Amino acid sequence: MEAETFHLTVDGVEIEAHAGQSIIEACDAAGIYIPRLCHHPELEPSGNCRVCTCKINGRNGSACVTPAMRGMVVENNTPQLTKDRQTLIEMLFVEGNHPCPYCVASGDCELQALGYRLGMKAPTLPYQWPRRKIDATHPDVYLDHDRCILCSRCIRASRMEDGKTIFGFEGRGIKMHLNIDAEGGLGETQMAAIDKAARVCPVACIVIKRDSYKIPNGERRFDKSPIGSDIEARRGKS
Amino acid sequence: MSASTAPSLPSILADFTGDRGRLMDVVLAVQHRLGHVSDEAVRAIALKLGMHAVEVEDMVSFYAFLDRESRGRNRIRLSKTPISRMKGAKAVARAFEDQLGISLGETTPDGMFTLEWTSDIGMADQEPAALINGVVLTELTPGDVPQIIAALRGAGGEVPAYPPHAAQTLLLPCQKVRPSLVQPGPLLSGPLGNADGINAGLALTPDKVIEQITNSKLRGRGGAGFLTGMKWRLTRKAVGEDHYVVCNADEGEPGTFKDRVLLSEFPDLVFDGMTVAGYALGARNGLVYLRGEYAYLWDSLQEVLNTRRGAGLLGANICGREGFDFDIRIQLGAGAYICGEESSLIESLEGKRGAPRDRPPFPTERGYLKQPTAVDNVESFVCAARIMAKGADWFKSYGTAESTGTKLMSVSGDCARPGVYEVPFGITVNELLDLVGAADAEFVQISGPSGQAIAPRDFGRQIAYEDLSTGGSTMIFGPGRDVLDVAMQFADFFVDESCGWCTPCRVGTTLLKQGMENIIAGRATLADITATESLANTVVRMSRCGLGQTAPNPILTTMRSFPEAYEARLRPEPFVSRVDMRDALREASSIQGREPVSAEA
Repeated sequence: MEAETFHLTVDGVEIEAHAGQSIIEACDAAGIYIPRLCHHPELEPSGNCRVCTCKINGRNGSACVTPAMRGMVVENNTPQLTKDRQTLIEMLFVEGNHPCPYCVASGDCELQALGYRLGMKAPTLPYQWPRRKIDATHPDVYLDHDRCILCSRCIRASRMEDGKTIFGFEGRGIKMHLNIDAEGGLGETQMAAIDKAARVCPVACIVIKRDSYKIPNGERRFDKSPIGSDIEARRGKS
Repeated sequence: MSASTAPSLPSILADFTGDRGRLMDVVLAVQHRLGHVSDEAVRAIALKLGMHAVEVEDMVSFYAFLDRESRGRNRIRLSKTPISRMKGAKAVARAFEDQLGISLGETTPDGMFTLEWTSDIGMADQEPAALINGVVLTELTPGDVPQIIAALRGAGGEVPAYPPHAAQTLLLPCQKVRPSLVQPGPLLSGPLGNADGINAGLALTPDKVIEQITNSKLRGRGGAGFLTGMKWRLTRKAVGEDHYVVCNADEGEPGTFKDRVLLSEFPDLVFDGMTVAGYALGARNGLVYLRGEYAYLWDSLQEVLNTRRGAGLLGANICGREGFDFDIRIQLGAGAYICGEESSLIESLEGKRGAPRDRPPFPTERGYLKQPTAVDNVESFVCAARIMAKGADWFKSYGTAESTGTKLMSVSGDCARPGVYEVPFGITVNELLDLVGAADAEFVQISGPSGQAIAPRDFGRQIAYEDLSTGGSTMIFGPGRDVLDVAMQFADFFVDESCGWCTPCRVGTTLLKQGMENIIAGRATLADITATESLANTVVRMSRCGLGQTAPNPILTTMRSFPEAYEARLRPEPFVSRVDMRDALREASSIQGREPVSAEA
């Protein structure tokens, strides 16, 4: 069945979209990269990080949760939005503990990669230095809460894709954190290293054990090209 | 509580079906009969409702009035607002601390008392106020505290009823709520009539009812000002199995209490308005989302609903109209300011954490249980009832062209006569200040912390959607009040009340509060203040919902209205390091037993 197609404008470029697509999906298909963190192409969008905020018909809104509509005018790559997005990335850096130089995810981390792409040098905001724990109770997967950016990808993946509901949030506001469906740690859950939830973490919060350095530093996804390059490579090809 | 008198978990859960949409009622029952929602309770609830424990925890941990840990049998919650502070709440808090031998946030070793601060409880005209086991105490002084504690001890630690039932409640000193309505206007004076609004509505077709509301140009009284007629039309038009009418009685904006007045003194007008909406929208169910702080109104509201059912104003064939069936259920909240935001309110109504939804789709299209839903403020329903009874032209004869009708203003702070005033839109701040006896006001917080702080040069401005838009909260600060300290308290309020869902609000509210602390302590340079302002603007632009988008307002609007207050605290240096080198190296120096060769001073 052919879905209805129409056009919208992103930074002055007219792109094609079809009914049911979000703005970010339409832009991905058209080769226009909108920076994002909590969005994952295989999961329901949740609008947690707000990095993909665009000016949509003159009003700010997140591209991952806003349906594409005929004739929509979207501003994505503007100095103001880039600066605001950079501030959001900084907020996430100072909210948790993110020591890139010795983090297992360095070079493969979407937070780090966005910091580079958006031109963040070092956070100018005050570090919060939260005290968070590591959960190493599971034989194959460990949780390093220091790195968690509350993107909810694992929550969504575990519930919708794995059918397990191993993860959830707990608390509210700045005290909100990732929680698991067991009192004694991840080892007590049905978590498996092959779960979707174990493979969607954008940072190094959910880490598969004995797997971390198969690809050496310098050879990883974002060591070679900036985040979003894969999407931009589609430009003009469809 | 001793094991013998404690109700058992299975007996509490036996009162409920397996409907997970009613999780709020289940956890409230457990909370109030067992004192907290233990791990065991979480597991039992999850089993009963067919959920995962992690989902129950997700919800329970969100609300301020739900506990995961055992706390004191008697819960003393002191209202923490700039108004309560200026009326002496700190001294009252100290008296409680002294009397109980604990600090705020703690529980006595015998498990009898927990003492804590809570966000505004809707008593700004009668501060310092407190909620003790859900009952309101007002105009407290330190001298009242010993008797209050003695009375609670004398009750012997019975499990307090919840919602507090008038018949069962132990009467405490200061347990009184003064009628707050100082000046009624056309909306709240004159005969209340016997369901005049409903009868007038039933004489018209539903479309004509919506037309009349539209003609009146009624706008949402919560402050956002969306046209009620348009909201009703969109909801009626939207396709769904059911349509819902929701009354937003989660009056959480600090400084407002007019909905408390309406719910306690004019509940029939509120329910008339909801019933008219039910007729207009083709809804069979109405819901009142009553904030947990107002649980003490539960009994009286249920009684009114029962009376109305008896009088044929609720239930089947209302007012004799064949096929017009409508009833109202009250859903109690559990302490979360965010639930005043309509999509969060709907999430909470569905038994979930009160995190806002992204829009579109709007609630008018997909709201409660994914059905078309009109969420309106308590006062909006009262207006709607009156508009039906008295006509759109009557309504439009008050106010301005853009802002028709009157507005209930909740006035508190440094003034002679705090309370609720019904005034026509278009009234200037100066006129309002004269009315309430506040000639020497130095600044006024319009529409609560999410609104704006204005200086005397703006007192000539009008209360109206086209000028100073407001939900009614009006906090007045006289000579000698520190504007930055008030802004700081509001910044702190938003740290407590941010839901945490999105980055800018979750992290930004904390960073902004830290920025304000720095400024108030006189540690901020011009660059630091500029950075705080820039951060505030990012939070406004990037946040998901109205809470985050307005959370920086206390800082941004005081910067605009009172720049001199900021300048007075400015550090003259171009740059002051956040890190003090000596402090940073102190631990290392003590281990090494020597000072560094060259430490920057």
